[in-house]
Amino acid sequence: MSSNRERLEENLVATEKDKWVLRLYIAGKTPKALTAFTNLEKICKEQLNGKFSVEVIDLLINPQLGVEDQILALPTLVRKLPVPVRKIIGDLSNTERVLVGLDLLPIN
Amino acid sequence: MKKAEHKTFNNSLPKTPSGIQGFDEITVGGLPKGRPTLVCGGAGCGKTLFGIEFLVRGATQFNEPGVFMSFEETNEELTKNVASLGFDLEDLIKNKKIVLDHVHLERSEIEETGEYDLEGLFIRLGHAIDSIGAKRVVLDTIESLFAGLPNQLILRAELRRLFRWLKDKGVTAIITGERGDETLTRQGLEEYVSDCVIMLDHRVNEQTSTRRLRVVKYRGSIHGTNEYPFLIDENGFSVLPVTSLGLMHNVSDKRVLSGIKVLDEMLEGKGYYRGSTILVSGTAGVGKTSIAAHFAEAACKRGERVLYFCFEESPNQLMRNMLSIGIKLETWVQKGLLQFQATRPTFYGLEMHLATTHKLVNEFKPDIVIMDPINTFVVGDKELEVKTMLIRIVDFLKANQITALFTSLTDNHSALENTDVGISSIIDTWLLLRDIELSGERNRGMYVLKSRGMANSNQIREFIITNHGVELREVYVGASGVLTGSARVAQEAIENAEVLTRKQDIERKKREIERKRKTLESQIAALHANFEAEESEANKTIKTEQDMIKRLEQDKMEMAASRNAAKKSSKNKNLKNN
Repeated sequence: MSSNRERLEENLVATEKDKWVLRLYIAGKTPKALTAFTNLEKICKEQLNGKFSVEVIDLLINPQLGVEDQILALPTLVRKLPVPVRKIIGDLSNTERVLVGLDLLPIN
Repeated sequence: MKKAEHKTFNNSLPKTPSGIQGFDEITVGGLPKGRPTLVCGGAGCGKTLFGIEFLVRGATQFNEPGVFMSFEETNEELTKNVASLGFDLEDLIKNKKIVLDHVHLERSEIEETGEYDLEGLFIRLGHAIDSIGAKRVVLDTIESLFAGLPNQLILRAELRRLFRWLKDKGVTAIITGERGDETLTRQGLEEYVSDCVIMLDHRVNEQTSTRRLRVVKYRGSIHGTNEYPFLIDENGFSVLPVTSLGLMHNVSDKRVLSGIKVLDEMLEGKGYYRGSTILVSGTAGVGKTSIAAHFAEAACKRGERVLYFCFEESPNQLMRNMLSIGIKLETWVQKGLLQFQATRPTFYGLEMHLATTHKLVNEFKPDIVIMDPINTFVVGDKELEVKTMLIRIVDFLKANQITALFTSLTDNHSALENTDVGISSIIDTWLLLRDIELSGERNRGMYVLKSRGMANSNQIREFIITNHGVELREVYVGASGVLTGSARVAQEAIENAEVLTRKQDIERKKREIERKRKTLESQIAALHANFEAEESEANKTIKTEQDMIKRLEQDKMEMAASRNAAKKSSKNKNLKNN
């Protein structure tokens, strides 16, 4: 586990300059989707200093797009970049879990 | 589709035919239409294959496209795996008949951060269904979700919603589930899928494996409740229900000769019925195989085709042995009328035997099938299974108007009428061979224990194996019981001697009478002679007397004459006086 963690941190350092590419999958503007969106916006602003892009994909409009990222649960936030791909499911209300999921340690 | 509608005509619950051989008979039409069905079982029992075949048959036979959502195998793996069963998934996918969708869920990639639902799965499935207008859906194995998603509360709620949603979509779905320790499925899916539950099982008994299928539950429909063996071969799944053929086969009143003249005579002189089932049972070494070989030879001579399953001897050994009693089977093998199929019963499971039987019969199209012997199937405590298997074989053969001859070895210790496999009830003609031990000899006796639909002989015949085949002789039935062999010969000798004595007696008596008659006749002749002598004597005396009388008369006359000459005048005077 620890080596895994180290590798991820190296990754993080290496790609820190790069933009973070995130995708948020939703199905219609459900309350959960809206909550997730609000939470994501907040986290990104606080943690990523503007170096990010978020793509919101509504599977009701483009259902075939969910196949690529193997989306089952909604809402799902997928970290496309930096690699490896991470998936965070749920409405992102638990900020700490989101940061762990994104491999972003919370700023103390 | 037409077929499906026809089949479900009488049922209130509409059904979707699975197209799986035998399964639709058990379930009286197939799976519940527009409802989810749970197929559960342990690892390697054929759940995935059941699902795939359901889709493939649907797409190819009933024009019902289907979606296969796999949570375990990738599309490539799946395609390769089922290609060996003759299913060309690639082609079906190309023609938009089937959609394969591999759902990959990696626990380590996923982080839960609050409320969520499985709408993504719904959308994905919905999209797949709509893209080809699918009528059938298979989810294999949805329980994988439990490993991928930590929040069971949400998952269970979502599964409930999923099955509801599938119903609303109107698709006929199969959901597979791994068997749990105490429950039907590890995650208790049976709670959610309550319309139809099918259990698959793969058991190993006495080193041979048997696959079984059971309909645990089928809401709103009658169904077979037994465990039905099934097999997976190069043609896919086939469930072999005992009842699939029923008792509706056509019967023939044509007869086939047994190849043994006296035996035919015992059966009204015409032999067995065509399409009937004949059992030859008896203890070891009584000549069961010989009867079978006679039947085979006789059939081949008529130009009929014979399929001979031997489970104990190799074909060569059997042919050699039969040659010693003058039955040349090899000729018929060369002519292609006789085919041997030799396998050890233990070589594979009963279902496989059944399947090979079906296959060979369908290929060779025999008029007669011989199985020699059937009781070797019974290894361990599989009696019931063997019985059901044999019933199915009999049903199958009867439906095809094939005459079947089985031999069965009877244990020396059990009653002769007791066959190991207990199939007597399905047998039409039962020949019982028994050995009769008497005066230091062991001889064979045969009788017809039963023969449905004919007035068979009730006689025991002595069964003699000669170098020109089997012969049946009438046994000696007398005051001292049934005698066979040398005892019969001895008895016959005694009888012959008796007859001879009697004959001599008669001769003697005849001669005596003759003698008596002759004596009588000679006596009569003597009497006659006596009488004649007396008569002639008497005649003589009578003559003498008469002569005497004549002489006296004459003398008197002469005397008178002489007196007359002397006293003529006086006489005249006297005459005048008179």
